[in-house]
Amino acid sequence: MSASDGVAARAVDVWKKYGSGDAAVTALAGVSVDLEKSRFTAIMGPSGSGKSTLMHCLAGLDDVTGGEVWIGDTKVTGLKDRGLTELRRDKVGFIFQQFNLLPTLTAEENITLPLSIGGKKVDRAWFDVVVDTVGLRDRLTHRPTQLSGGQQQRVACARALVSRPDVVFADEPTGNLDSQSGAEVLGFLQRSAREFGQTIVMVTHDPNAASYADRVIFLKDGQIVRELLSPSAEEVLETMKHLDDVAVPHV
Amino acid sequence: MFKATIKSLLSRKLRLVLSALAVVLGVMFVSGSFVLTDTLQRSFTDLFSSAYANVDVSVAPKAEKGKEPVPLTPQTIADVKSVPGVASAVGDVQGSARPIGKNGKVMTTSGAPRIGFNWTGTGQEKIRDGKAPQAEGEVAVGAFLASTGQFKVGDEISLLTLEPKKTFKISGVFEYAGGRDSLGGELSVAFTEPVAQQLLLGGKDKFSGVTVTAAQGTSDDALRDAVAAKMGSGYDVKTGAVLAKEQADQINEGLKFFNYVLLGFAGIALFVGIFIILNTFSIIVAQRTRELALLRSMGASRGQVIGSVVLEALVIGLIASIVGLGAGIGVGALLANIFSTVGGGNLHLAGIGVPMSAIISSFAVGMIVTVIAAVLPALRASRIAPVAAMREAATPDRPLTKITIFGAVVVALGGTGLGFGFNNGSLPLIFGGILVAFVGVALLTPLLSKPMVSLIGRLLSWSMPGLLGRRNSARNPRRTAITAAALMVGISLITGVSVVLTSATKSIEKLAAGQIQTDLIISGEGQMEGMPATFKRDVLTKVEQTDGVGSAFGWASDGVLQGEDQMFAIAPTSVPAMKQMLGLKPKFGDIAPLKDNQIAMPEDLASEKGLSVGSTLTLQLAKAEPQTFTVGFIWAKTQVLQGALVLPESAGKGFRSDQIGQAFVQTKPGASAVDVQKRIEPLFADNPEITVQDRSAFVKQTTSQFDTVLLMIQILLALAILIAVLGVINTLALSVIERTRELGLLRAIGMRRSQVMRMITVESVVISVFGAVLGLAVGVALGLATVQALKDQGISEIGFPWVTMVQYLVVAAFVGVIAAILPAIRAARLNVLDAIAYE
Repeated sequence: MSASDGVAARAVDVWKKYGSGDAAVTALAGVSVDLEKSRFTAIMGPSGSGKSTLMHCLAGLDDVTGGEVWIGDTKVTGLKDRGLTELRRDKVGFIFQQFNLLPTLTAEENITLPLSIGGKKVDRAWFDVVVDTVGLRDRLTHRPTQLSGGQQQRVACARALVSRPDVVFADEPTGNLDSQSGAEVLGFLQRSAREFGQTIVMVTHDPNAASYADRVIFLKDGQIVRELLSPSAEEVLETMKHLDDVAVPHV
Repeated sequence: MFKATIKSLLSRKLRLVLSALAVVLGVMFVSGSFVLTDTLQRSFTDLFSSAYANVDVSVAPKAEKGKEPVPLTPQTIADVKSVPGVASAVGDVQGSARPIGKNGKVMTTSGAPRIGFNWTGTGQEKIRDGKAPQAEGEVAVGAFLASTGQFKVGDEISLLTLEPKKTFKISGVFEYAGGRDSLGGELSVAFTEPVAQQLLLGGKDKFSGVTVTAAQGTSDDALRDAVAAKMGSGYDVKTGAVLAKEQADQINEGLKFFNYVLLGFAGIALFVGIFIILNTFSIIVAQRTRELALLRSMGASRGQVIGSVVLEALVIGLIASIVGLGAGIGVGALLANIFSTVGGGNLHLAGIGVPMSAIISSFAVGMIVTVIAAVLPALRASRIAPVAAMREAATPDRPLTKITIFGAVVVALGGTGLGFGFNNGSLPLIFGGILVAFVGVALLTPLLSKPMVSLIGRLLSWSMPGLLGRRNSARNPRRTAITAAALMVGISLITGVSVVLTSATKSIEKLAAGQIQTDLIISGEGQMEGMPATFKRDVLTKVEQTDGVGSAFGWASDGVLQGEDQMFAIAPTSVPAMKQMLGLKPKFGDIAPLKDNQIAMPEDLASEKGLSVGSTLTLQLAKAEPQTFTVGFIWAKTQVLQGALVLPESAGKGFRSDQIGQAFVQTKPGASAVDVQKRIEPLFADNPEITVQDRSAFVKQTTSQFDTVLLMIQILLALAILIAVLGVINTLALSVIERTRELGLLRAIGMRRSQVMRMITVESVVISVFGAVLGLAVGVALGLATVQALKDQGISEIGFPWVTMVQYLVVAAFVGVIAAILPAIRAARLNVLDAIAYE
């Protein structure tokens, strides 16, 4: 099986268990999902629902206990470290909640880091577009310590986009930001999906953040339980409140 | 608080091991040197008590300072024999006898004497094979000489004594009590008495001493008193036990020097160790900022925080001392064994001993050094504000102004100490000055590290991992600086020594090329027995008559005493020839042949002694009564014959040997030096200790000893560098832990494991090369200072060991690569997810 056209990343019956025997914890219990290209997808769920694990598995940061993960035409499951490293370098972009930048590098060097690691040339035109979109033109020579939290996260966004990856994974990207900076970052992610056709997958527990997404997937106890398309923040909040009512098959 | 400290210590075992290792190595050297010297001392004491086992009382001519003892006569022996209580009194003849091996070369030992004696049959030597020497042409040889030279009974053996080569037939091989081949690796030959007297003491009826045994019922002490009373004040009468102790003490005095050298290197090792421990604790305190602040916010006092860091240091110091002591005992035993088999040749070891001094010094040194190194970090830890627990852990860059000013002051202090040390010739001041200067330079390094590291790093940062590595090494100037400073110490000491030796070599070469107008130099190799080899005066005459020789002169040399001052004196065969060939220029008076009561000297010696032409001084020669001389002329200071007194040829008879020790030959114009050398060499066929060399070979031989010195210092200082490498590993390992999340991020966005490793390696190489560059700079400065101070001692030229210096730089880069291996593997193996989540 391969990911068909229009799908940037795909999970097929993915299981993830930690530990063994009585102490075994099932984090993912047979998750299957297609993440369409050029879409901004949010993964939501309460703590312990498995949303971060799902993202880690999709991004090749963690291996799966069962099932398959694909990114584009590449089967992630079964890749060795070298293959995974190249996958992350060439096909995936990351935005983390905190500690996103290298303190020894300038903003510009941080943005182009994935390209320089891979020994690739920077597409200056695209770089300019990305930098102008995140509004960092006058901050390029600054070190991370000289930037505010919101600016740092925008540098991280620019870095994730500059190599035109198949998918950008964002793990609680606004978790450490004030609402104003958070809104800027989310707005930028939304625009990159809409204007540049960038596929974005974001894990969040903030209904407001999820409302920027085109599609919201709800996880509970390691399974996908609901899905909303272009919801408002209120709809997301409402759904979250009633997740407990959803019957989950016992695993 | 105690429990918290121990827990935190145990949770970081790697850190414990690495920082303790530096102390372990230092302590190992300390205890090792004590164990080694103790073992050797007891072995030598054993050796001499068995050497004098057969001697109850010994009578020898009284040794007077600066005078050669007068040999005893048969009458003396008869006198001793007549003392009541004497069972036997046997005359001993002893002197230097160097056997020539089957390869035609003079056999050597590494320290033990090469001796000849008269076979009396009453000593402790027992014939193992064959029989005792009975005829003039017969000798018996010691079993050790027989086995190392592969001689057996019936073989011929050639010997060098006071006379040139003489060949004997081996009548027997003897051994010592207990079947031992030798007492301590000496090469010994027994002659018949008349032969021994002629060859070893230079005349008939001469004895070097009398061995006396006591009759039944007479104690050694009583016998000694009785003999001493009879013989009067002209003789040294001692019991065998006292003699054994005196000889052992004399050797042990020499071993002390050995001990000092080893302890000196232990000191350097520990000094470097302090840098590393200081660095380790600083990093640990920085990493534990939040933990310590939490303790503070819960009510721990500053004292308790200091206490917790110092306690951690004490525990590390204690463990390191125990391990270091154990390792030191092993090293001491190993070195003692090497010494007994290779070095001293067959010394019978008296069992490895661990003296109390080794144990006490190990614990004292190990724990004190560790605690000293931990004091600064502990004080810093105590200044952590409780509120830091709430903040993001961040170590702000503190300004370097204070530390830089302080460093400059300390460097100036060290330099001043060094200057005074050189002026007064005071070793403690010199070494103290060097150590203080090192500390000062180390304090200055953080300031230097920024520009230097970026300069060095530029060479390596052509790729992103390289750039990151370079930026990382510039990240914490203090940490990089201290790590590099540890490496600096070893490299600068080696470089300093190299600069001095290169300058000395260059000076000697220049001297030989310019001043010495001589084509061939005839000289004897120095002997273990104290005097260089010499040759007879009539051989020099034959050299002068050799076809192609223009002129030749030589001299006999010896130490002479003026009051308490020991001076070096020569008695040349021709003053005009010496003036011409060595380029002497008159300062006061004319350089003319000396009358029998005249002497000459260089101007600096004359001014030091307050002498001018016409002054008199009284000298004690070894074989003459004190004699008063008048200064005949004083020559202008040159690099040759420094501090030498020139005596008239006739005074040479008062030397221990008035044979020629060194001679210089000038060839006739047009004659080839090589041809003349070939014609002269056969004259010394019977004297393989004498070599005829052209000027350049002579220079090479003179300077070749420097290479040996340098090699030894390099080997010993390699330890300091090894410890510095541990420091680099330690710093990198701690940095890797500190940057776990960064590494996780890099891996997450696609950095390959090999790239991570390259990043760490570049950081390591940058630090190491920085340390080497510092070391080379400081070493050159130290070397130049020493050369400057030794200007009056004949080092007139300045030379830099460029090749060696480049080698050190390459070695440093290589060391950087090696040091990076483990931390790099550790960094590359990090689990990406765990690393990102790392707190």
